[in-house]
Amino acid sequence: MSNVAVVGFAQAPNVRNTQGTTNGVEMLVPTLAEAFEQTGLSKSDIGFWCSGSSDYLAGRAFSFISAVDAIGAFPPINESHVEMDAAWALYEAWVKILTGEVDTALVYGFGKSSAGTLRRVLSLQLDPYVAGPLWPDSISIAGLQARLGLESGRWTEEAMAEVAARSLADATTNDRAQRSGDAEVAELLANPVVADPLRAHDIAPVTDGASVVVLAAEERAREIVDRPAVITGFEHRIDSPSLGSRDLTDSPSTRAAAAAAGIDGVELAELHAPFTHQELILREALGLDSGVRVNPSGGALAANPMFAAGLTRIGEAAKQIIDGTAGKVLAHATSGPALQQNLVTVLEGIR
Amino acid sequence: MITEETPLHAPLEIGFDYTRSLGPVLAHFMTQLANRRITGIRGSDGRVHVPPVEYDPHTAEALTEFVDVSDVGTVRTWSWVSHPVEGQPIQRPFAWALITLDGADTALLHAVDVDSTEQIHTGMRVRVRWADEPVGHITDIAYFVPADAGEERGDAPTPPRPPATERAEDGTVRTVITPIQLDYTHSVSPEESRYLRALAEGRMLGQRCPECEKVYIPPRGACPTDGVPTTTEVELPDTGIVTTFCIVNVPFLGQRIQPPYVTAYILLDGADIPFLHLVLGCEADEVRMGMRVRAAWKPREEWETSLQNVSHFEPTGEPDAPYDSYAHHL
Repeated sequence: MSNVAVVGFAQAPNVRNTQGTTNGVEMLVPTLAEAFEQTGLSKSDIGFWCSGSSDYLAGRAFSFISAVDAIGAFPPINESHVEMDAAWALYEAWVKILTGEVDTALVYGFGKSSAGTLRRVLSLQLDPYVAGPLWPDSISIAGLQARLGLESGRWTEEAMAEVAARSLADATTNDRAQRSGDAEVAELLANPVVADPLRAHDIAPVTDGASVVVLAAEERAREIVDRPAVITGFEHRIDSPSLGSRDLTDSPSTRAAAAAAGIDGVELAELHAPFTHQELILREALGLDSGVRVNPSGGALAANPMFAAGLTRIGEAAKQIIDGTAGKVLAHATSGPALQQNLVTVLEGIR
Repeated sequence: MITEETPLHAPLEIGFDYTRSLGPVLAHFMTQLANRRITGIRGSDGRVHVPPVEYDPHTAEALTEFVDVSDVGTVRTWSWVSHPVEGQPIQRPFAWALITLDGADTALLHAVDVDSTEQIHTGMRVRVRWADEPVGHITDIAYFVPADAGEERGDAPTPPRPPATERAEDGTVRTVITPIQLDYTHSVSPEESRYLRALAEGRMLGQRCPECEKVYIPPRGACPTDGVPTTTEVELPDTGIVTTFCIVNVPFLGQRIQPPYVTAYILLDGADIPFLHLVLGCEADEVRMGMRVRAAWKPREEWETSLQNVSHFEPTGEPDAPYDSYAHHL
């Protein structure tokens, strides 16, 4: 069985509000073109296509079918979709290549979060019997989680602000970031709480965006790029949907996924943490020491395109291998409320 | 060259009453709520889960031992909502909280009615404020109030109540209905915007793919064959043919025309992709593949940026198009 590697990554500009449609075509067409240019591949070279998006976000049924227009689906293509972050679409594409049925795959995710009220739409991902009907918004749920950590001494407001300051500073070199800047922790903490206990800097922005990752079987990958980012570990796990029965200050599913994937020796980690305290939970669960560089892209706090931000983490981490900056990296994606479901990918530059 | 105009957009409201059947565990929980009682379930480790879970989190076995708990409990954590969104339990600033009810070991997520963040803290005791007419739904717990709040504390503004559902003969709540309403700003693509603006002027505007040269109406953001933007505009006539059709005999909610009537794929002259529209002006059983049709426009004063400006298509009486001329458009 061949290894699978990431050979290309492109993303649309991450913005607060695009004029485009909710089927993402306007964001995807140029982003796909960029990925093809990078890899020298064309549409007919792609053996399998897989996407991640959400009809609830788009406000229309089968919105992903319209997105297929952006890839050109005639003659018929081999295509699939997940109603999740496209990091999970990448998992499906990885399995597809491992079967030996295809040797290339293109994965894309997109979301126009600005079409509706994102924090309200996201309550539809909750248990539909005892939680969803109350419309608990995503920011409030994260606030419940943040306070548990603050009051139990697991983390502090300062540590949360440090995550924001570092992320926004790193994002100043990311030309696709939505938010960036140099702010001192003290300045951030001087700002008012907007959703007690959260301040604005603790909350990822509402982002319209899309991203694309190209995969190839290892042998094929070496024909495409000098240094493919070979996937050497790939696992995802889930915690209970019952928020009140979880220890929200920990992430057992992240810990389990990391243990199964094998993350020892990673130099860099791209973590999908839409709230500052969630990065602290993830670092703890992953056991990352201070030597591991976290989110050089700025992470989800700099841009959080729904259903693409997790895939973007994998793309950003892979880029560090492909360009020779790092030798072994970790990418993480999350889905669901308060880090309910977590995916861990390990990528290596194997010669 | 096509000049860029701001794409058209419009409010889009969608709604659906989700009707969900309940298994034995949630049916009991909801039935108890309708009686203003809260029931949990005991797990394999002896812990009482509220809300009840159907399967044990450790052994995955089906759970059956119900345990009644108090409607008074303790706040474990909370967060503040300055601007409630539609549907939330309290329609003025309030706190969300995870609340462990007395007798329970897990926490229930719900709203607490206090006036400010000064009036809530972790460890605070709170009590259920029941809805006036419980129906067997999680919102029968309208919200929580501080345990020491007297009856003089007035009611908070709350969202509309969910409908009651039909119960089993013994009174068991078997289903819950949760109405879901969502609001969006729906945008159409720049290509669709030009097409819709042309319709408002009584024109049919398509676009040609620069690679395969097919003409699409409505125009697409990208050619589905080639995956490239369609750029060249093409004015099309309002005449064409029926490629294929069906006779609607089945009544359905929202139907505007008395069945039987014909919906058909209309291929405008010069277009490569048909669109769906109505064929009226003849008996349903006279409609046939290849039939020549023309758009019947509504009165000009009713025109808007919509294909509904064409009320339907009707036969022109010209000879039918030969099958071979449209076979590749089927």
